[in-house]
Amino acid sequence: MKTFALAGNPNCGKTTLFNALTGATAHVGNWPGVTVDRREGVYKGGGKNIAIVDLPGIYSLSPYTPEEVISRNYILDEHPDGIINIVDATNLERNLYLTTQLLEMDVPVIVALNMMDEVSKSGDKIDAAALEKELGVPVVEVCALKGGGIKQLMDKAAALPPARKGATVLRGLLNKRLEAACAFYESEAVLSPLFHAVKLLESDELELSRRGAAEVFKNAADGADLEAEIADGRYKYICEKLSVAKVKADRDVMTKSDKRDKLLTHRVWAIPVFIVILFAIFHVTFSEDFLYMGAWSRIGGGEGLPAVDSLNLSDGLATFVGIFYDGALFSPGVILFNAFDTVFGLITDAVGGAISVEWLSGLVADGILGGIFAVLGFLPQILFLFLWFSILEDTGYMARIAFVLDRVFRRFGLSGRAFMPMIMGFGCSVPAAVNTRTLADEKERTATIRVIPFFSCGAKLPILVAISGAIVTSFGVANADLITYGMYILGICSAIVCVLLMRNTTLKGETPPFIMELPAYHWPRFRNLMLHLWDKAKHFVKKAFTVIFASTVVIWLFSHLNWRWNYIPDEKMNESIIASVGMLVQPVFTPLGFGSQLGEFGWVFAVAAITGLIAKENVVATFGTLAACIASISSSQLGGVDISQILGDEEGVTAAAAMIAATGITIPGLIAFIAFNMTTIPCFAACATAKAELPKGKFRWTLLFWIAASYIISSAVYTIGSWWWTLAIWIAVAAAITVFIVLRNLGKFDITSIFRRKKKDGKDK
Amino acid sequence: MQKLLCDFAIGESGVIKCVTGEGKIRRRLFDMGLTPGAQLTMKKKAPFGDPIEITVRGYELTLRKAEAAYVEVELL
Repeated sequence: MKTFALAGNPNCGKTTLFNALTGATAHVGNWPGVTVDRREGVYKGGGKNIAIVDLPGIYSLSPYTPEEVISRNYILDEHPDGIINIVDATNLERNLYLTTQLLEMDVPVIVALNMMDEVSKSGDKIDAAALEKELGVPVVEVCALKGGGIKQLMDKAAALPPARKGATVLRGLLNKRLEAACAFYESEAVLSPLFHAVKLLESDELELSRRGAAEVFKNAADGADLEAEIADGRYKYICEKLSVAKVKADRDVMTKSDKRDKLLTHRVWAIPVFIVILFAIFHVTFSEDFLYMGAWSRIGGGEGLPAVDSLNLSDGLATFVGIFYDGALFSPGVILFNAFDTVFGLITDAVGGAISVEWLSGLVADGILGGIFAVLGFLPQILFLFLWFSILEDTGYMARIAFVLDRVFRRFGLSGRAFMPMIMGFGCSVPAAVNTRTLADEKERTATIRVIPFFSCGAKLPILVAISGAIVTSFGVANADLITYGMYILGICSAIVCVLLMRNTTLKGETPPFIMELPAYHWPRFRNLMLHLWDKAKHFVKKAFTVIFASTVVIWLFSHLNWRWNYIPDEKMNESIIASVGMLVQPVFTPLGFGSQLGEFGWVFAVAAITGLIAKENVVATFGTLAACIASISSSQLGGVDISQILGDEEGVTAAAAMIAATGITIPGLIAFIAFNMTTIPCFAACATAKAELPKGKFRWTLLFWIAASYIISSAVYTIGSWWWTLAIWIAVAAAITVFIVLRNLGKFDITSIFRRKKKDGKDK
Repeated sequence: MQKLLCDFAIGESGVIKCVTGEGKIRRRLFDMGLTPGAQLTMKKKAPFGDPIEITVRGYELTLRKAEAAYVEVELL
């Protein structure tokens, strides 16, 4: 099977073409650098199958960012049968810059001219035939989005001659200088000697490190600034030849993109607009008082809207109405959640009632269904939140936010580019950590990867929603969406503080540069959004039925077996294996508010936190599994929570409410519990990815960092929430640490000298 | 008149004379099309006045003032 590599600039539609060619559903975004790893697929359209490798988007083949090195090494070392160079026709000049470099390699190339429809819309004309003649390789017009021209492209690609000799567009004196360098590489029997020779003259680090190359470079360059000359030479060539191929139409200076940009990146309004947009997204997704209609109706001492219970509806109708409304209209996200939850509740009841064997019914209804549904119930809300973020990304707004926020990020020693992986962290830490490859600076990457888990991911959302919902039902305080929003803000603030701390202590270094393309705005594409959501849903459901399914069964078993391996009924759960393990760990969490100070079932929180290390969904799944058991114990112990309500309804909120009633945990303790789960070691998958992405030797410290950060943040939340005056102590400690670090960085205070002296003393003895 | 890109006012255009600096950043500027002879227009500044957005070679590029200080431009 022939193999073709897809190469091109970031955000030129490469991944869209890859999806069109292979029928894959890779994630596409309107942000330069969405693909950072190479991906493989098969084109089955023609007579013969062709393997397609999607390389990360690159502007050049210089060796400075990891994705450029990945692409370069792939083409040089793995010898694909050809390169499909996808070129964004709306941005021909800069895109052809990479083409001129690819042409220098000894590999067949075909150019796919993408987004020609946009070009003709703007009135410009590009003569593909003239371009083909000039470049000396086939040029095919395609429309990756609609799948136009794909067949022609692949037919021509399959018909490419098996080998091509590299050619350069560099002329004149440069060409003479190249000859000597070329001869050197030919004598070393290196493949693609021309490519290497040009790179050497560009004083490319990778080439200069070759034995004998530095000498050749010195002779050839003769003190001239070849790097500038070569870049200049390429662009000069492109400009000259483009005059043959491209006819530009007259048009207004102010395009549509500019008009939208006026507000969205306005000097004063950009940041307020961004905050309002974020708030609106959370409100639509999580609020139980949509548009604050309930609150408005109570203003001025009004009665407010009636609760469902007071409407005298029949049971079935009340359940149905309760999905949409209870004293206030729910937001669309909450309605989705309720709808799923009602259905899951009915299924669990039916299944539980149909099995007559007590332990089996317990295992299936409480253990398995209780756990899985507690997690699956959140899927619609997670997808809903995801949809909004996808829209922001797809339109190109996210890239603008990086532009707007760069100044703020720089304060913390990062660049605006770090914004993308962090925002992706709200979805899932795994792709977010991979995306940090677009950051060129190693220290910036390390700091970013470490704080990504603080951007609460989709799997942590159930913890947030379940507990904030339970706080509302159990204590009757505040709005659930405000607590959720507040926790997200807490995560972001923690990330900021930690990055600042790291960039001033262990990860010191210069602020990395910020040079980024701003893509044109375009309307989000429906198909694209749906693909993205489908991907997410698949991932989530798969996880629910594998990892979480297994965990819930294990948790249920250990909570119904004692150390003599005998089955124990729900009432005696405190004698179970899991209870004794939980009780053993429990004291550790005392400063965090969910340790020894809790009542009888206090160990549940310890167990939930530990199971969360496998997958964060497990935290709520554990609640779901254990709550049903706790609920079947006499109601007096539960402090008046209606058992029938919990039994009939396995969802996370009621489960968490049952936990609150059983353990007597306080609000600060609960908030600290959320904070702990949000900032501690992330799930297994995220840890594995972080380990792979972090520089060598950094992972151990990262684990330690997560444990320390979560412990400190949560105990601060708990103590300040419980005794407000402790705020003074925390501020004093923080101030002392800040002063210490500032003094040390100013060189007024050298702590290492103290350690050094101690070491010496030790040796003397 | 010659001017550094970082000192440009919004709406000003010019042709790049030379790019100073070295290594990674200079290379990146070249790769993004900021080579001598390229024409550019200052489009806007972010809140707090930094980074800046320019139009060069038909697309929008954003960079910080610190990086723009390497680019010397002949005003049009």
